[in-house]
Amino acid sequence: MSEPIIRITDLYKYFGEVQALRGISLEVESGQVVVVIGPSGSGKSTLLRCINHLEKPTGGHVYVEGVDLEAKETNINKMRAEIGMVFQQFNLFPHLTALENITLAQRVVRKRPKEEREQVARQLLERVGIPEKADAYPGQLSGGQQQRVAIARALAMNPKIMLFDEPTSALDPEMIKEVLEVMIDLAKSGMTMVCVTHEMGFARAAAHRLIFMDQGQIVEDTTPEDLYDNPQQERTRLFLSKILH
Amino acid sequence: MTEAEGGSTTTIKARRSFGEQMREFPWWAVIIITFLIGAFIYMISDPSYRNALSFIAFPPTKTEIAFGIDVRNGLMMTLYTTVIAYLIALILGLVLGIMRVSRNPILYHLSTLYVELMRGVPMLVLIIWIGFVVVPFLRNATGNQSITGLQGALIGLGFGYAAYLAEVYRSGIESIPKGQMEAARSLGMGYGQAMQYVILPQAIRRVVPPLSNDLVAMLKDSALVSVVAVPEILQMARLYVSRTFRAFEGYNSAAFLYLVLTLLFIIIVRMIERRWRSSV
Repeated sequence: MSEPIIRITDLYKYFGEVQALRGISLEVESGQVVVVIGPSGSGKSTLLRCINHLEKPTGGHVYVEGVDLEAKETNINKMRAEIGMVFQQFNLFPHLTALENITLAQRVVRKRPKEEREQVARQLLERVGIPEKADAYPGQLSGGQQQRVAIARALAMNPKIMLFDEPTSALDPEMIKEVLEVMIDLAKSGMTMVCVTHEMGFARAAAHRLIFMDQGQIVEDTTPEDLYDNPQQERTRLFLSKILH
Repeated sequence: MTEAEGGSTTTIKARRSFGEQMREFPWWAVIIITFLIGAFIYMISDPSYRNALSFIAFPPTKTEIAFGIDVRNGLMMTLYTTVIAYLIALILGLVLGIMRVSRNPILYHLSTLYVELMRGVPMLVLIIWIGFVVVPFLRNATGNQSITGLQGALIGLGFGYAAYLAEVYRSGIESIPKGQMEAARSLGMGYGQAMQYVILPQAIRRVVPPLSNDLVAMLKDSALVSVVAVPEILQMARLYVSRTFRAFEGYNSAAFLYLVLTLLFIIIVRMIERRWRSSV
């Protein structure tokens, strides 16, 4: 069997007294779309943030393409360039236009020439459906548009993995769909994705795996259909009954 | 003048009470400007005031060459001192501010030590200390007699203000949401790159108002360098008074000049701020 693109072994993360992650082990194959659900405080976001080392694990290891993120000799910036991340709060750079948001890292990290990076940016804006917003500042965009620019910004690095941290939680209801459509499209293109989201429509449409986390541990790890129709654990059943109406 | 200004502010007929309109009109500026114009007219018609003003501000009383620039009178010297010392403070303060938020313990503690030390000494004491301790020491140690009192004064003012500006920059950097740094880092940028391209451009925009406030404060504090005999406005006024025994004319003229300069600076600074705000 080939090396999985993400391999997490016995991961622990403490914030002082709080144990956010308690012994997570997980493998994600290239091209897989994994959706992580769980009650708030279950450690979903922390797990995601450990995959690109925004959080430094207290114990255990994260391997991306076989490279240990914890190892001293690992160039974390180089690794992160291969791992796109989309945040709940978009985190667009407010002093730059949509186009500049997408070209900045291409310029300073990838060192692409101006023409190439602008072409990439315009193609991506086209792909997320807002080519006309290239020169708009984030403050002039709706939440859904901002999140789509943020997805384009991450994709511009040509990442091998995309991480989504509750990408639709800060959006007004009518804007959730436009973001989910971009994500479904991306999943179908064969991108490896790890998504923390409670959008069950997305999970059903695109996810290969659905992971239920609670209290810093993985409780269930199965297909979306299985988890909905046949949850094995009482905790899962309880949680699902709360979020599915 | 009053009517013209009043007319231009109400191009749209807003329903505002007379009191509200009076509240918004810059009466304070009218009063100061009227006072200054009146004072100026009075001064130039009085020969002893004319003498004082011209001694301090106008004709070339003596040519001071500092860093290759001719400074011909007290007014120019005040402007020169303010601008150079402010530039020193602006750059050094930025470096210190960045060090203050660094996770590197050496950079953090060094910058904090500097800031607390400099803020713990009155500016006047700092300028005297540099002028009468550091400059003579350097002259002796290096055998270089060309180190001037002016250079010492500029360094004292600039280095002292750098500590205050460092805190302004630091608060600006810390006011940028954590997500900005995370987003930049998640794209593969290093800490320095994220700082340079993402954090600082936003932080500096935010601190333009406090920074420009400090420029006006610096203009007033430039009077402190008179204690090390830099021939700026206050020093020239003192010189004038000691020669003529006309304290009234000398110090009134100095106060007049400072007030004019401060108002001018405030107007310029407001214009710059407005431009910054509209560019975002």
